[in-house]
Amino acid sequence: MATPKSDVEHETLSADLSTDKLVEWYSRMELMRRFENHAERYYQEGKIAGYHHIYSGQEAVAMGIFAHLGPDDHIITAYRDHGPALARGIDPKPAMAELWGKATGTSQGKGGSMHLASRKLHFWGGYAIVAAHLSLATGIALAEQYKGHDTVTVCMFGDGSTNNGYFHEALNLAKVWDLPILFVCENNLYGMWTPVGDVSAVSDVYKKACGYEIPAKQIDGMNVLHVYDEVAEAIDHIRAGNGPYFIEALTYRYRGHGAGDIEAYRTKDEVAEYKEKDPLVQLASYLADERDVDRSKLETLAKEAEGEINAAVEFARESEEPALETIWDNIFAAPFEDRGSVSKGRS
Amino acid sequence: MAEKTNLQAIHDTLWAAMKEDERVLIMGEDVGAKGGVFRVTADFLEEFGEERVVDTPLAELAIVGVGIGMAANGLLPVCEIQFADFIHPAFDQIVSEAARIRYRSNNHWSCPMVIRAPYGGGIHGALYHSQSIEAFFAHVPGLKVLAPSTPYDTAGLLYSAIHDPDPVIFLEHKKLYRLVKGEVPDKLFKLPIGKGEIKREGRDLTIFAYGLMLHQALEAAERVAADGIEVEVLDPRSLTPLDEELLLDSVKKTSKLLIIYEDNEFGGYGAEIAAIVADKAFMDLDAPIKRVAGPMVPAMPYNGPQQDWFMPSVDDIEDAIRELADF
Ligand SMILES: Cc1ncc(C[n+]2csc(CCOP(=O)(O)OP(=O)(O)O)c2C)c(N)n1
Ligand SMILES: [Mg+2]
Repeated sequence: MATPKSDVEHETLSADLSTDKLVEWYSRMELMRRFENHAERYYQEGKIAGYHHIYSGQEAVAMGIFAHLGPDDHIITAYRDHGPALARGIDPKPAMAELWGKATGTSQGKGGSMHLASRKLHFWGGYAIVAAHLSLATGIALAEQYKGHDTVTVCMFGDGSTNNGYFHEALNLAKVWDLPILFVCENNLYGMWTPVGDVSAVSDVYKKACGYEIPAKQIDGMNVLHVYDEVAEAIDHIRAGNGPYFIEALTYRYRGHGAGDIEAYRTKDEVAEYKEKDPLVQLASYLADERDVDRSKLETLAKEAEGEINAAVEFARESEEPALETIWDNIFAAPFEDRGSVSKGRS
Repeated sequence: MAEKTNLQAIHDTLWAAMKEDERVLIMGEDVGAKGGVFRVTADFLEEFGEERVVDTPLAELAIVGVGIGMAANGLLPVCEIQFADFIHPAFDQIVSEAARIRYRSNNHWSCPMVIRAPYGGGIHGALYHSQSIEAFFAHVPGLKVLAPSTPYDTAGLLYSAIHDPDPVIFLEHKKLYRLVKGEVPDKLFKLPIGKGEIKREGRDLTIFAYGLMLHQALEAAERVAADGIEVEVLDPRSLTPLDEELLLDSVKKTSKLLIIYEDNEFGGYGAEIAAIVADKAFMDLDAPIKRVAGPMVPAMPYNGPQQDWFMPSVDDIEDAIRELADF
């Protein structure tokens, strides 16, 4: 079923990237981190409700991988999606407004934290039913292949997904049909409160892909340059029409699984150990030491990111609640007239 | 007797049932070390060990499928689906295997398992943490679907469910976990499956409600009592098998029926209740059977006001009572 694609052979490595480009990454990663700080704060203040999941610590994965993508490529991810959404270029304003459930949010307040999405940016969104989106990714990639597009579909998921039937069905099909998918497992060592090794036959998750003869590798997901360099080959492989590739990015979430997690399953030392490898600090050091970027410039950029998030919070705060009747919008393509016979003038 | 929440009632019943019978074991996502997301199984791991408190991978299909195999092979598994919304991958196992194994094998095998599923909205869970699932499973012969709403009923029915010879879907309303309190006997006890209870006596109309809606119905009944409207509130406790006699007797007495459920109205569990009463008590009715239920919207929106609007409220129920009483 695979159609041969052009033989692109370019080893894009971070060393070849301009300092300006890397500084842009830095700004973006600051934006991601600061978005989460504010999201947590307003959750505690009760402005944000329900369930939300903080991406802090994992920034290098989304940033380093998405940096390889063009506007036509596709991304789909799980519910830990604030960081990936910003990495793809979703404006923090509608993203924050969605967390606040406002009409100006990415889905007018209907979806909330776990379902940030942008059709325009080919960011299919966060998905809250764990692992279900792997099947969707397979279909997205099959459609791309069918249409003869030279695109990559990036499908991100947590280690917890990989013990699920959806995962195995998706990997099998991707290989059988040589689909242009990059599977990215963000292995942050825990699925909720459960260590990977307690519920997975192999703790090195990439080995699962080997069973399907999908080329796979395990990489350090805490360093964005490293992520970028390691993934280059995978992207080339897929764009050249050679079928799927599997990346296991070893990473860490600084915060609990979700709000209210007392984190009894891990030690403070472990958290501290990963904070030593902080992706933002690592990139800042590289820029300062290897690229002669002034530390003060980085601080200015961080302040700008903070300002941008503050503006997003103000935007969310001042935005209107969606009108109640929009609850009836977008059930079907045509306006939904039959609203049932329910009482209280539910129309 | 001790005063307990629904959550404590479940915890204590499971605990005592495991103490009493080694065939009882629990499995689910994070039920062990964590004690469950709602802490229903807190401290079970320390007491009963890994063999009987099984932390599973994130794989609902496997949790239920494995449970069926264990049950058919002599154990009494209590499987937890973390949120009812996640039960769908296991739908096939429940409908095709659990519900049919006795019938298909001509009674050679059976499936004495319990599937516990926290359900229901009103907790800002948005699209995938708010769902009601009873209609899907009440439709399936071979399954029993229980939806107790008070600590006493929860304790008695859970113990009955664990020792019931057939598969039971045990629905626990999330918002009620800590909201209501009530007296629960200290010792294990069984309540008959298939028996409802009149939670409030009245002569003017009957409300049929379970879960969070039962408590809201009781509140609405209290409000209208001030104006002399006497509402009878019927709690089915067991959705299948249904206590039809209790339902028909109550409707015969009051001549009016109001059905409340938070699931989407069309094809919901309450539709079947209306059909039964229309069929078997038509001549006793003085008014059309009315329902207050969730709207036909694909899922509960995240936005707060929209969520609140999705859920039938005490005000909605009160309005419906007054309208029906005036009929
Ligand atoms: C089908 C399904 N089952 C269970 C859950 C509840 N749940 C949400 S996240 C999660 C753990 C997932 O862990 P992992 O895939 O490692 O992602 P991480 O949170 O570490 O990013 C669980 C059990 C769910 N959302 N969907
Ligand atoms: Mg994880």
